[in-house]
Amino acid sequence: MTEEERRQAERAGAEPETPGPERGLAKPIAVREEHGQIEHKDVVFSSKDVSVSYSGKAAVREVTFDVYKNNITALIGPSGCGKSTLIRCFNRMNDLIPTAKVEGQILYHGEDLYGPDVDPVQARKLIGMVFQKPNPFPKSIYDNIAFGPKLLGMSDIDDRVKHALESAALWDEVKDRLDENAFGMSGGQQQRLCIARCIAVDPDVILMDEPCSALDPISTGKIEDLMLDLKEQYSIVIVTHNMQQAARVSDMTAFLIVELDSSEQNRWGRIVEYDDTEKIFTNPSDKRTEDYVSGKVG
Amino acid sequence: MEGGELYTERTRLAVAGARANVAAVLHNQPRRDVILNTVFAGLLLLAILVALAGLVALLAQATVKGAPAFSGELFTNVPSTIDPGKAGFRPAIIGSLELIGGVMLFVVPVGVGAAIYLEEYADRTKWWNRLIEVNIQNLAAVPSIIYGILGLAFIVRGTLDLGFILAAGSLTLALLVLPVVIIAAREAIRAVPASIREGSLALGATKWQTIRHHVLPASIPGIATGVILAVSRALGEAAPLLLVGATVFVTFDPTPFSPDGYSALPVQIYQFAVRPQEEFQALAAAGIIVMLIVLLAMNSFAIWLRNRYEQRW
Repeated sequence: MTEEERRQAERAGAEPETPGPERGLAKPIAVREEHGQIEHKDVVFSSKDVSVSYSGKAAVREVTFDVYKNNITALIGPSGCGKSTLIRCFNRMNDLIPTAKVEGQILYHGEDLYGPDVDPVQARKLIGMVFQKPNPFPKSIYDNIAFGPKLLGMSDIDDRVKHALESAALWDEVKDRLDENAFGMSGGQQQRLCIARCIAVDPDVILMDEPCSALDPISTGKIEDLMLDLKEQYSIVIVTHNMQQAARVSDMTAFLIVELDSSEQNRWGRIVEYDDTEKIFTNPSDKRTEDYVSGKVG
Repeated sequence: MEGGELYTERTRLAVAGARANVAAVLHNQPRRDVILNTVFAGLLLLAILVALAGLVALLAQATVKGAPAFSGELFTNVPSTIDPGKAGFRPAIIGSLELIGGVMLFVVPVGVGAAIYLEEYADRTKWWNRLIEVNIQNLAAVPSIIYGILGLAFIVRGTLDLGFILAAGSLTLALLVLPVVIIAAREAIRAVPASIREGSLALGATKWQTIRHHVLPASIPGIATGVILAVSRALGEAAPLLLVGATVFVTFDPTPFSPDGYSALPVQIYQFAVRPQEEFQALAAAGIIVMLIVLLAMNSFAIWLRNRYEQRW
């Protein structure tokens, strides 16, 4: 089959002959129709019917969407819709909560992330996370960044530290005080330190759980600029309460809502719409999305 | 205008009335409240005075009785039953220091290890873990003589069969203070915020790497304080030592494994105190002062250590 014939077959809806393991949605390349052109985007995460529950109570239900490479994917929605719960599935941080149960399938570059022979520790070396409240270690700035690379047995630690701090736009501010305690920095600097720390281990994906919600607008702006730089090299998934932030930085946006059951006792989250950011914010397909992004509902 | 004047007058009266009302409420403290406040504060003050009175009485009596016998020689001379003027506490001091050295060697790895297991690895929902937890609290309250009996049965004789050596005394005291160390270490480990652990795990560190590089270093001040306080307690215990061999009247410097016997400060004080002569009573009181000096030095060091390494999150 020539390239052209293959594309025609895909447009016709046939399964592409992609090499790789026959496991569920083993489609590493997604094809998206955009402005009449076929766009090939690498899929980093492919989640299918992912549901998370805590002690039997559902938190998130039947989430199905793909995260693409070198994109910033935003998860937006009202409080309690399970955005944090969902993002924590991608680096197996929900494993740390004994009452949490993850169902469904998440493929990471075609591999089942929750497969029986997958070590979550190894997964987290490729999938990093930045938390809502900056959490630097109570060590020096240098030791904070160097911790990951040292653990992984990487060489040239000094260079790695410098490179990570430069990538996080923090080098100029701290290059003369690398031995000082990380707690001496401002909140925005601490968060950029956490991002640098994450970058230092050379991950593939960076997950950000509301990284700016504890910061002032100026620091937020700096981190947003940083994200746009970082996406050249990494794939980023961000949870944010701030719709304008999602509109500013993200390429794709997933909108989640809170659903109640008939007794109104239980609530869980569900994806309503997942599309290009531009489309979500200017011409969404679902009325609920439109109400949310236009501010009609909180 | 007329209406304007009336309005002003009415307003003036209203304001005056409101002010009087407010003043009446603000300045009127019900007599009952005043009395209750004073009585309550007085009772609390009495409580602390009673607590202090006991301590002050003890210190005063020891100082008064021991002053005539107190000198620097107490730290260097060997004890004597013949000549109280030349008697000292040297073997007892060395024995006590060696005892608590042995206690620290045992109690730090075992206590910290147990605390790490209970805090980081144990599944709280399992009944046997809850049982362990409850029992550690109980163990801290067991009378020390029971540990003496335990030491005699299993350490000096029985399973370990070490004989009446100083190392056996160390081990007995270590078991006595182990629960205190475990509890203090658990508190210190628990005080490390979960966000630090999450940050480390999110970088791809294993649980043990997280504990070793982040949790333990941050809990060292708390653990050290717990160890030193436990050791201070061990220093002052006489009852268990009486059962495991510290009864010999020793005039040489004791060593951990020598079968010739050993002595410790509280036991030596006791040996002097049971003698009828006045001079030995004074000597015993002086010994109390010696022991208090050692204890005070250790506790001051503990507080200094804790303050120096205190973390502010």
